[in-house]
Amino acid sequence: MAVTLARPGVARFLARRLAQAVPTVLLIIVVNFLVLHLTPGDIVDVLAGEAGAATPEYVAMLRQRFGLDRPLAAQLGSYVWGVVNLDLGFSFRHNTTVLHLVLDRLPATLVLMGTSLGLAVALGVVFGVTAARHVNRPADGVIAVLVLLSYATPTFWIGLMLIVLFSVKLGWLPTGGMMTIGAGLSGFGRGLDVAHHLILPAASLSLFYAAIYTRLMRASMLEVAGQDYVRTARAKGISETRVLYGHALRNALLPLVTVVGVQVGSLLGGSVLVESVFGWPGLGRLAFEAVQQRDYNLLLGILLMSSLLVIAVNLVIDLLYAVLDPRIELR
Amino acid sequence: MHRFSLRHLAVLATLLTLLAGAARPAFAQPRAGGTLTIVQGAEPASLVSGVNTSTFIGTVSTKIHEGLLDYDFDFKPRPALAESWTVAPDGKTYTFKLRRGVTWHDGKPFTSADVKFSLEEIWKKLHPRGRVTFAKVTTVDTPDASTVVIRLSDPTPMMLSAFSSYESQVLPKHVYEGKDFTTHPALNAPIGTGPFVFKEWKKGDFIRLEKNPSYWDKGKPYLDAIVIRIIPDAAARAAALEKGEVQLGVFNPVPLSDVKRLTALPTVKAETRGYEYFAPMYMMEVNLRDEHLKDKRVRQAMMHALDRKFIADNIWFGFAKPATGPIVSSSPFYTTQGVPQYPYDVAKANAILDEAGLKRGAGNMRFKVSLTFPPVQPEIPRTAEYIKQALGRVGIDVELRNIDIATFIRQVYNWEFELTQNYLYLLPDPTLGVQRLYISGNIKKGTPFANAAGYENKDVDAAFTAAQTENDQAKRKELFARAQRQIQEDLPAFNLLELSFVTLYSSKLVNHTMGADGPYGSFRDTYLQP
Repeated sequence: MAVTLARPGVARFLARRLAQAVPTVLLIIVVNFLVLHLTPGDIVDVLAGEAGAATPEYVAMLRQRFGLDRPLAAQLGSYVWGVVNLDLGFSFRHNTTVLHLVLDRLPATLVLMGTSLGLAVALGVVFGVTAARHVNRPADGVIAVLVLLSYATPTFWIGLMLIVLFSVKLGWLPTGGMMTIGAGLSGFGRGLDVAHHLILPAASLSLFYAAIYTRLMRASMLEVAGQDYVRTARAKGISETRVLYGHALRNALLPLVTVVGVQVGSLLGGSVLVESVFGWPGLGRLAFEAVQQRDYNLLLGILLMSSLLVIAVNLVIDLLYAVLDPRIELR
Repeated sequence: MHRFSLRHLAVLATLLTLLAGAARPAFAQPRAGGTLTIVQGAEPASLVSGVNTSTFIGTVSTKIHEGLLDYDFDFKPRPALAESWTVAPDGKTYTFKLRRGVTWHDGKPFTSADVKFSLEEIWKKLHPRGRVTFAKVTTVDTPDASTVVIRLSDPTPMMLSAFSSYESQVLPKHVYEGKDFTTHPALNAPIGTGPFVFKEWKKGDFIRLEKNPSYWDKGKPYLDAIVIRIIPDAAARAAALEKGEVQLGVFNPVPLSDVKRLTALPTVKAETRGYEYFAPMYMMEVNLRDEHLKDKRVRQAMMHALDRKFIADNIWFGFAKPATGPIVSSSPFYTTQGVPQYPYDVAKANAILDEAGLKRGAGNMRFKVSLTFPPVQPEIPRTAEYIKQALGRVGIDVELRNIDIATFIRQVYNWEFELTQNYLYLLPDPTLGVQRLYISGNIKKGTPFANAAGYENKDVDAAFTAAQTENDQAKRKELFARAQRQIQEDLPAFNLLELSFVTLYSSKLVNHTMGADGPYGSFRDTYLQP
């Protein structure tokens, strides 16, 4: 399985895709900006509401300081200019720069997303292949029921039930948070501590996606299993496991990879609920709070970061196609 | 002789029993050490209550900062940063003697200059309520490092209730002077004089405070550290309390429907004291510009149509009671004398509406009206649903509009509403918390929590205005009584329920609620039992 990424086309492919990404990102910024400003109420309303009182002069002073009294076009112009200069603006709500806030939360999101995605893909592949292997037999039936259950159950509810069982009743795992506060751990101990806190949120978030991937893998494996090269592999006399995992799987993975690429965006969205339930300090929750608090600068920054993430993941997926199936050309 | 000694014995025995009973809480040795974890539903905007009086800031900020005074359950002032104080008989001069030897967390000494700076630059200029409270202050003198003399142009009797660490926080001059206060970095890493020092803020996760080793009250605080954990989901907060991962949650940390289940556990207890300062009133604001609602009879009929006892018992699980007017019953200015009441009476409500000429038309309804509310607590949408049914019974077709708090504030205080549901803090003094909703001078478009109804009444205006500077407590009481009678007669807003908030705490936690603003206490006396 020689990785053949060192082909001459790859550099050109990457350059072209990145050039295409620039107008996409700009369009995303402008649309986000305009849509956000359609919502009634602004950050000053929220701040005044939280404060429990405000005078008209104070409200006007805040709007002027935050630049909300300027025409929309001028606000948009200076925002885009800022982004071009890698300045994502200032969050008046958090009293710090947006870039700092987003970078501060990004690792937590990446850890949770990466783990959940990895878990979902692994579970999906194993269950999908197993179901396909035992198609229409009891094992297939059991998997189908499990898949239906985890597909139909709301993510936040699974999260709460996991907390009730594993934290409250059994006391094995913490109810939430990302690390033991004040434990002063570092290095390996810290990693282990985070992993301990990660188990429940990652499990809740991945179950839904694992269900989708299982069904997808099962269908895809069944389709590939009927093809000539699989029959040839069987005719060679190698074991069924090797036929499935060594030959059929590689081709059957392509549809799965496509769907994973498409779903990274929705995984970011789904993490809002899980992050709220488990008090996980990720970007999803920050975005949700920014909506409620009308913290436009922050929200735009998060949306921008998320779109960059989605673009990057899709680029990786395209490269992955070429790795999985050398017949696919990068253009 | 025989009888005498028996009686003697009986008295002695009674005394001993009483002593034994009283002795346990009073003489129990507080235990030093341990970390208290407090759960909170949202991240604070900053850690200084100077310009933003939000609850989530207040609970953290008051452990780091202090005020000149502190208040017991009856709003009686106690010494804090001020050791003693005097108010001149004419009510125009306040003299505070400050505690000596107090230092800021960065080691600099605390002096009268800090108090002068805080009052002149922050409380009076930037604090949303301080602008009203300290409006009459003309000069702040600092004859020496430990004396502050505040002079006023007119008496402001409510001022003495406003020196707590939440309401009027003393802030360090050397940190904030000459810089833009509203975006100062120290708002996120504050320096105070309080029993706990700010250590770390992991956004979205926790805030960590540690014991101030050079705190002026020697031997205190007892706790080594306080951690504030942010858990946005109510059910997850309940789980954390149940498991004992957090030992304290304030301002209804879980839905009221969950309180009974949690307090049935041996490890979790509930406390409803400590919210007298806020006096939360559950209200229905009314837009008097509406063609039907401007008729006083219609409003009175609507009040008769609501069974508020039912709402209090079933929707608020008993953590509320029907209000009798615009001032809460725990206030020293509260009265029911001559204040009209509107008992639950559907027949009467129908009769009044008939008399007002509102005939039942299509669908047996008289007219249609919208009810706007923010779902900041799960009980609010439930109450709105009840009101829709109850008013439907007398022929008023209510359309529910459930919107988030930012939209709510924008719409209601720009007068784009008909009816609302929300709770407002009425605060210890009516001049501070009640007046703003009813005086005509406060009909200001775009200003939150002002007179959104558009209510104008000369007597009410006169009573509230006179009470602002009336130094005689009895006369002030009479002025507020006049306002209560007129407002409850006119019903420019429906004061529906006096809410009582709940604090949930671990049975190991002692001395967490020490005054009328319990969650905003300094926690210097708080400790954890083994």
